[in-house]
Amino acid sequence: MRDFWNTALKDLGKIGVAYILITVGVWVVFMILIPQLIMFDYSLRPMLPLRDIGGPRDVWTLKNYMVFFTNRLHMAIFFKTIWSSLIVTVTALTICYPIAFYLAKVARGAKIGLLMLGLIIPYWINELLRLFAWQIILADMGILNQLLIFLGIIADPINFRMGNGAVILGMTYAYILFMVFPIYNVMESLDRNQLDAARDLGASWLRIHYKIVMPHAKPGIAVGCTMTFMLAAGTVAAPQLLGSPSSFWFTQVINTNFECANWNLGAAYATVLMLLCVVFMFMMLKLFKVGLKELTQ
Amino acid sequence: MKSSKSIFRIIIGLYLTLFFAYMFLPLIFMTIIAFNANDIPQITPWKGFTLMWFGELAKDDQMWSALWNSFLVAFSVVAISVPIGLGGALLLTRLQFKARNFVYGVLVSPILTPGIILGISTFLFWDSYMDIPGGLWTAILGQSTFISSYCMLLIMSRAQRFDLTQEEAAFDLGATHGQVFWKITLPFLRPALISSMALAFMQSFDNYNTTLFAIGVEQTLPIYIGTKLRSFISPAMNALAVVFILLTVLGAIIYEYRRRREMIKAA
Amino acid sequence: MGQDVEISGVSMRFNEVYAVRDINVHIQAGEFFSFLGPSGCGKTTLLRLVSGFMDPSCGQIKIGGKDMCKIGSNNRPTAMIFQNLALFPLMTVAQNIGFGLEVRHVAKAKREKKVEELIELVDLYGTGDRMVSELSGGQKQRVAIARALAVNPAVLLLDEPLSALDLRLRNHMRAELRNIQRRTDVTFIYITHDQTEALTMSDRVGVMSIGKLEQVAKSDIIYNTPKTAFVASFVGESNIVDGDIIRIDGDYALLKTAAGSFFGKNPQHMDKGETATIFIRPETVFLATDSNAENRLTCRTKTISFEGAYAVVTLATEQGQIFTMRLNNDGSVPRIEEGEDIKVRFNRENAFLLKDGGTSIA
Repeated sequence: MRDFWNTALKDLGKIGVAYILITVGVWVVFMILIPQLIMFDYSLRPMLPLRDIGGPRDVWTLKNYMVFFTNRLHMAIFFKTIWSSLIVTVTALTICYPIAFYLAKVARGAKIGLLMLGLIIPYWINELLRLFAWQIILADMGILNQLLIFLGIIADPINFRMGNGAVILGMTYAYILFMVFPIYNVMESLDRNQLDAARDLGASWLRIHYKIVMPHAKPGIAVGCTMTFMLAAGTVAAPQLLGSPSSFWFTQVINTNFECANWNLGAAYATVLMLLCVVFMFMMLKLFKVGLKELTQ
Repeated sequence: MKSSKSIFRIIIGLYLTLFFAYMFLPLIFMTIIAFNANDIPQITPWKGFTLMWFGELAKDDQMWSALWNSFLVAFSVVAISVPIGLGGALLLTRLQFKARNFVYGVLVSPILTPGIILGISTFLFWDSYMDIPGGLWTAILGQSTFISSYCMLLIMSRAQRFDLTQEEAAFDLGATHGQVFWKITLPFLRPALISSMALAFMQSFDNYNTTLFAIGVEQTLPIYIGTKLRSFISPAMNALAVVFILLTVLGAIIYEYRRRREMIKAA
Repeated sequence: MGQDVEISGVSMRFNEVYAVRDINVHIQAGEFFSFLGPSGCGKTTLLRLVSGFMDPSCGQIKIGGKDMCKIGSNNRPTAMIFQNLALFPLMTVAQNIGFGLEVRHVAKAKREKKVEELIELVDLYGTGDRMVSELSGGQKQRVAIARALAVNPAVLLLDEPLSALDLRLRNHMRAELRNIQRRTDVTFIYITHDQTEALTMSDRVGVMSIGKLEQVAKSDIIYNTPKTAFVASFVGESNIVDGDIIRIDGDYALLKTAAGSFFGKNPQHMDKGETATIFIRPETVFLATDSNAENRLTCRTKTISFEGAYAVVTLATEQGQIFTMRLNNDGSVPRIEEGEDIKVRFNRENAFLLKDGGTSIA
């Protein structure tokens, strides 16, 4: 232990070591750990009027969680959120995999820069405004409806916003970047010669992808899926803008709790969401047999 | 073989076109609508070309105040996240200790945590226990929690390529720790520091999920947009979108121009 | 002005392993001293201990009579030239050289003047404003040297600085380093695994095996009078035969081996009955004309390799022992054919009986 401090001080000096300890310490303790614990603490306490806090009724209880588990509507919303987020993840994966592959292995030279730019530019525009664009397109008198009516395919406008379709579509649009880039990064490191060799030996493209590309891209796919799922399950913007009361998202339930000043209940629900994400992440790691370290950019 | 290759190419071309249409068409529609003198944001019916929505946008005081808050928050987040990210990067690249992987996991965990949870937990902590009500300060802290992680990763990838013998040489020649850091290490890290400042700014400016829960009754630009879009839709929002798009395109052009210049210089 | 370096009882332990053990040597002021040894023998560790990057586990290091305990590398009168040079890539040549002065807050005018002087000294005219990445290998070397000399060190430490250069440049730099050392009178401590380098450049050489200092002496003494088996086998080539001592004859001893019995010097004063190894340099083996002389071998010539100024002859005894002989190409020796049976011998003054066998260093 003392060796560690000696080398640290010799390498970085007193001020350096102090700087590191203070910045990381404040960060971990005051911004990561304690708030998280407080939220967890809140979730375990009942909602009490101000004067009762600290008094005899202020005990630790699982009541808030019970509220969740007994509320059929909320449970339904929870599972629906999971299911829809999975759909978003799979859809994004299906769309983005070819793009990532094309960018990493097929495109040449100037094209790559241009395509990258084309991918990144939309993301510099605020997420809400992009979702707004879809709101316009999918509105009752929106572009899509007008087009369909014009083409004579339908007579009355379809309410796209009923159900989850719009939200799923919007989310996929919003999170494509988070799926493309991890996969692209991993694919880039795949030696092109391997593909050429396989082709040369007569393998079909399907085989090549299944046997060579995908195993190599596993870490990237895992990261992309994890991020997309967690963003989808944990976002508030898309459901707020593109959803309808019948397609309520779990995060919106949490939001409602907070708007009604029932912070305790909200904290409990938030903790449930947190657990969901952690579980999902570990499932992904197990499924793809990836370690926690593969989480660079 | 040749025909199947060209069919292949057509399919790829088609796919790419569809994909980028999917990405860009919504934005193009948005832009067109901003100039339509129609009260409702639509392309048809087209009621004439107008700039009035831009005017309406400019007159919206709430928007300007939210914009100002966004800048305030973003600059503060940069001022907090980059130094913290630097501290984390130094901790993980320069010090050797057994629990390194664990600490790495802890420091990266904010990125993997849903934004609303960061917002909620920050809000609860500062509002209830520290007596600082939800507002810009809590928004800054909530955002910094995960933006520091991004900065740390960026700086780390640069720091890992640093040749430590340079520091040894500098020491050997008589420099103090401070001099070594200032004259040798920092100049090396500078590109990463600059890009993490840019990243932090953009992520902060754009953030919605965390800010929504942490900010109480105040507003940053995304919060303002969110509220507006949920209540009364007006093409003034399209005008705002056009402003964003213009700035983005401008930024992209500048970026590409500088990149081309760098490539020419290097050649 | 160079200072002396006194290393007393210095050991360095990493966990359970000793990198260097009980090193004792007194390097004189203004001396060009080399530590010679194979990779992993601890010479780099020793250099880093002297420069102050590490503190020894036990023992003492004094420079100019002053104890260096707990004094950091930035406060010691030493300067180091690293194996990878460690030049500062974001600075120009002049900025690199002037760095040591800059951190000592030397006035700009004075600093620039000193930099100019050093650029002249190491023959780098006109490169002052260039970035170091634009320079050639040899030029980078000289920047490193100038940068180190700028801080007027009492001791200059060089960590295998020439190993990355090609042969011609290496020879040239060897001469230059020697010149600079003579002119500035700074104490040079040089580490290398190349024996030619160590032997030609140094005033004295310290030969190191794994963590231990085997012998410290002038180059010719190291070569001609090795003190231990390691030195004898590491420095130069040797013929090596194991055997038992059967007779003592003053400073000499008789070793009975499978290839015959030979007389050799006995510097370690071994006793009768002890196991020892005899070391004979190839150039001290010659054709036997006197059929009654001692230290004679009957061999069959296996290969003859003509290498210009000399020929290397490989011989095999009846028992299969391989001997190497080196003959000068001055016409004094009759031509030998491959497969020929010849008799060779060597003088007892040129042979050494040493303990511990002559295992080759992998």
